[in-house]
Amino acid sequence: MAKRGYWVRTIFTATVLTALWLLLSGLYKPMILGFGAASVVLVVLVVRRMDAVDGDQFAIRLKPIPFLGYMIWLLVEIAKSNWAVTKIVLSPTMPIRQHLFNVPCSQQTDLGQVIFASSITLTPGTISVETEEGHFQVHALDYSDDDMDALADMDMRVTTVDGGSHNV
Amino acid sequence: MMDTIVNIVSWILIVSGSFFAIVGAVGTLRFPDFWSRLHAASISDSAGVILLLVGMMLQAGPGLIAVKLLIILAFLFITGPTSTHAVANAAFVSGLRPRQLPSAKTGTNSDIDPDTKPDTKPDTGADPALDSENQPTKGDAS
Repeated sequence: MAKRGYWVRTIFTATVLTALWLLLSGLYKPMILGFGAASVVLVVLVVRRMDAVDGDQFAIRLKPIPFLGYMIWLLVEIAKSNWAVTKIVLSPTMPIRQHLFNVPCSQQTDLGQVIFASSITLTPGTISVETEEGHFQVHALDYSDDDMDALADMDMRVTTVDGGSHNV
Repeated sequence: MMDTIVNIVSWILIVSGSFFAIVGAVGTLRFPDFWSRLHAASISDSAGVILLLVGMMLQAGPGLIAVKLLIILAFLFITGPTSTHAVANAAFVSGLRPRQLPSAKTGTNSDIDPDTKPDTKPDTGADPALDSENQPTKGDAS
């Protein structure tokens, strides 16, 4: 049973590596292709040896289509907050209200928390400074009382996208 | 005809991306302290990079180069926030605290833990430290 999953994973790794190599190289001369094939074989061998040592697996359980929707929503948010920060930079008085506050996070998995924290940092005007159990410390450039609601909304969206329960 | 439209759109994207990159640089110079400067840098990190790369993709047309640019975009989406968080976290851990709003103004948000309260109070010790840190930078800029 474990043996079969092993082979599936090996073939999958080789396919992904070959596709990536072909994409990045763009040169299809026999010698270069030979180098590519050799490096793929070498990497697969090394990966198999390392698998034999620790057998550590990491399952990514994102829901693909909701995640795509989330990315589009995030791009719109990034555009909006970019414009807000740009206005602050270019205004003569620079109205800054800096504030450091805690934002609760409800994601089950590490990956979900990483996506939430990265989304906070990626939108200009907010940076996640410190991650603690159950909440992040977030620094805002121009703090307003709506920020908590906006971040709670983002938190909810990430939790929806995140597949939940992962096997350790 | 189609070429002209793609050209125009891609140049609009590239020029506006350059605009945001410059705004990010201006903000990094204008803002008063470390924390606000981090925010300014994240403008060029997000809007600048996205608009420039999408504009370049349109210039390159469908093909290997566009895919490579997409991969660069994906990597920057992951590494950008990570490095910003690393810098911010390093500053936080080493004791640099941002200026805080007076706690009365935060009002309804009772989300600040009692154990972090000593940090979040706008104590008089932090502000001179920030000001003295700003002094050399201002001297350099002028």
